[in-house]
Amino acid sequence: MHISPVLWQFLVRWLTNSALFPPEASAISPYMDAFYFFLILISVIGLAAVGILVFGFSMMYRKDRNPVATHIEGSTLLEATWTIIPLALFMVCFVWGALLYFRIYDPPTNAMNIYIVGKQWMWKAEHPGGQHEIDSLHIPINRPVQLTMISQDVFHSFSIPAFRIKREVIPGRYSTVWFEATATGTYHLFCTQYCGTDHSAMIGEIVAMTPDAYQAWAAGSTSGASLAQNGERLFASLGCNSCHSGEATARGPNLAQVYGSRLQLTDGSYVTVNDAFLRETILNPSTRVTAGYAPIMPTYQGQVSEEGLIDLVEYIKNLNSNYRVQQTLTASQLSPGQVGASSSGSSSPAMNNRTRETLGAGNGRPAKSGTAAPSVPGTVNQ
Amino acid sequence: MSTILNLPNQQDAQLPKLSYLNDGYGLKSWLLTGDHKRIAMLYLVSITFFFFIGASFAGVIRLELLTPQPDLVASDTYNKLFTMHGIVMIFLFLVPSVPATIGNFVLPIMVGAKDLAFPKINLLSWYLYVFAGIFILYALVSGGVDTGWTFTTPLSTHYLNTHVITAAVGVFIAGFSSIFTGLNFIVTVHRMRCPGMTWFRLPLFIWAHYATSILMVLGTPVLAITLVLVALERTVGIGVFDPTKGGDPLLFQHLFWFYSHPAVYIMILPGMAVISEVISTFSRKRVFGYTAVAFSSVAIAVFGFFVWAHHMFIMGVSNYSALVFSLLTMLVAVPSAIKIFNWSATLYKGSITFETPMLYAFGFMGLFTIGGLTGVFLGSMGMDIHLTETYFIVAHFHFVMVGGMLMAYLSGIHFWWPKMTGRMYPESMSKMSAVITFVGFILTFFPQFIVGYLGMPRRYHAYPPEFQVLNVLSTAGATVLGIGYLLPLLYMTWSLRYGKIAGSNPWQATGLEWQIQSPPLTENFIETPIMDHEAYDYEWLANKHEHEVTTVG
Repeated sequence: MHISPVLWQFLVRWLTNSALFPPEASAISPYMDAFYFFLILISVIGLAAVGILVFGFSMMYRKDRNPVATHIEGSTLLEATWTIIPLALFMVCFVWGALLYFRIYDPPTNAMNIYIVGKQWMWKAEHPGGQHEIDSLHIPINRPVQLTMISQDVFHSFSIPAFRIKREVIPGRYSTVWFEATATGTYHLFCTQYCGTDHSAMIGEIVAMTPDAYQAWAAGSTSGASLAQNGERLFASLGCNSCHSGEATARGPNLAQVYGSRLQLTDGSYVTVNDAFLRETILNPSTRVTAGYAPIMPTYQGQVSEEGLIDLVEYIKNLNSNYRVQQTLTASQLSPGQVGASSSGSSSPAMNNRTRETLGAGNGRPAKSGTAAPSVPGTVNQ
Repeated sequence: MSTILNLPNQQDAQLPKLSYLNDGYGLKSWLLTGDHKRIAMLYLVSITFFFFIGASFAGVIRLELLTPQPDLVASDTYNKLFTMHGIVMIFLFLVPSVPATIGNFVLPIMVGAKDLAFPKINLLSWYLYVFAGIFILYALVSGGVDTGWTFTTPLSTHYLNTHVITAAVGVFIAGFSSIFTGLNFIVTVHRMRCPGMTWFRLPLFIWAHYATSILMVLGTPVLAITLVLVALERTVGIGVFDPTKGGDPLLFQHLFWFYSHPAVYIMILPGMAVISEVISTFSRKRVFGYTAVAFSSVAIAVFGFFVWAHHMFIMGVSNYSALVFSLLTMLVAVPSAIKIFNWSATLYKGSITFETPMLYAFGFMGLFTIGGLTGVFLGSMGMDIHLTETYFIVAHFHFVMVGGMLMAYLSGIHFWWPKMTGRMYPESMSKMSAVITFVGFILTFFPQFIVGYLGMPRRYHAYPPEFQVLNVLSTAGATVLGIGYLLPLLYMTWSLRYGKIAGSNPWQATGLEWQIQSPPLTENFIETPIMDHEAYDYEWLANKHEHEVTTVG
């Protein structure tokens, strides 16, 4: 038989390159594939059962061999059999699938966090240490990584087939997914939710590296300022510190160590402070007001980009004391001499200029920000 | 191979002098008709037209995917192609396919009625369908729409500059067409059954259509509301789905799938209706477990309303609500399994022949079983994470919708063709096309399961080169499939003039529609029939033939 050489070449290429399964490159992959084999097994059994019945009866009872049909009304016993057996098998699938689902979507507490912002048509990754990437994501292997994702515009979906994970990236709310890569290599990143013209170009690569190589990459790729440092700058420039100063008489709640705590709201209910809550209260402060405070905070809807919000969230997340908040605040109210006395460490002139500009109405004293942030970049959540 | 086909002697056979086809001539007698049979024929012509439009889009899509590079059409064009393929195939073909053509034609005759309960509403439903088609065609020729058939917000409301509203209006109108069909069927089944036609003497075709009608009447309004909200959001920005105005884009997903999941059953239940009739007729036996099959239709309709969020497992619904929806999804799979096993058991000790409708029905059973079982993959929450939004899901719903529903539709068209037209289609040609369709289908869609597990996302214009082999196979299959669909169009048209005269009951079937002349009179029955036997009673039919007085002339 003649086979086209082009097609032959394709076949050889396909058969040599992971013909039926994507590479197993994450801790969850073997579990997913095991479940997949089980489901295939059930399907083959089901299909074989139907096939044997249909083909068998067609052979045995075709008109040539069986000219007259025998009337049979039905059988409760048989009905029960083919209700209960499929139901039981489907229930096994349900339980197995549910366990897998909870395993994939419940992150371990020691996961390192990376932020993802999706927009038409690119993926932006923001590492806490200040590494920014577009359409690629560098991660260390053998370490749980959690992604906190949000879309700037439409629905996207973040999919890494080699890791068997996928999660919708939604405008206006954070979604999370986690994985632990197990093999170094470069893998596909796809946007799987249709998002407009260049949907199929919204792809990227996942580079899984050994922890040492990742450290080296992180050191060489940082933008100089961690997300928390950027957040601190933004916090001051938006004037957040004037109310959230942490003082007993302040108009806004104390933000130090607020992350992860249980907070009572004015309506009496309790919430756990997480990324989503922080983002929501910056954008729509009046919807959820901390008990004991007046709903006076203005909305920041449209004034802060998703990246800015991530910086703020990351800043508040790592805010352990109000020392520097008050420093920044008092620095803008005190005389130059006092600032100099309390200042330790250097500030870059560019940053001072920017702070001066953004503070605007204040008296323009340089805010101390930048080099000595309370958290150490890259070590968040360890 | 023996056959049950029983045609009158072709030398002296003639079509009946009076029938619904020659009761009035001219365009007006068709366009203003209240006759359910003529309306069914109007539907048949219009849905065939839209089917081939939708299919040609699919052809271009497959041709583009022959190579990994985006080289045949531009990205925007590609997006418009799959959007229009989805909209046309779902709203203008699959939803009305069996109910509005075959259902419209035979449902009133099966219950022993002269027409549907509301003939004018029936005609209105066809006109609405045509208006919907015109709107969608207009959206198409004036530049197309590229939202995907799902109209996902905020993409459809804020980011696209195409004819979203025109297309949405088309779908909105098509929805009312389907509501009116459903309403008509429900009232007809309740009120117009002939004397002796109790609920449990109804053919299973009626049970499945009754379940479908309930879904149409209760589900479709939600789609209409959703589309109105999309239009308002797009034009005046009411912000229901816009997070920056306090709205929630996930709300759209809930509303849309609240219709669109039941819509899957609107599409597949009528297919199951056809299969029950065909399997019974060609194995000369009552359907095994009549009550179980009847109630499984109702069960599918009821459970079908409570599984919509399984389309949203990865969309950040709470883990526990995902748990509930996954469980319910597993439950809705059971009635489908019951049906498949009952049809298989119907063959037991039957006297089976392999006419074209039966071949298509066998195709349905195999492909629908694969489609249903892969649905269990997707209903399992963990597996869904990896498989959803990939080609696996594309393959899954094409197995159900095309492998299942389209096979059933073709089975039904071949089965009732002699009743509708009074003539037979060419037998060997049609058997060949049934086999071609089956082979072409497997070749088109089976590789998509594999490429889906490999991770190829759906709706991708370009793809990584390692997926090419499977896509080439798929495109090759689509070519075969295309031939399989063109053949019936050609030989069915041919048979209108040259087909053999079928006589009133070529298949020796028991339904009331087979006891009257083909094609039927406008009034269907000369005198009101009285149902004095169970459905699928082949002994009654044999007795009747024994005592039949043959009149000559």
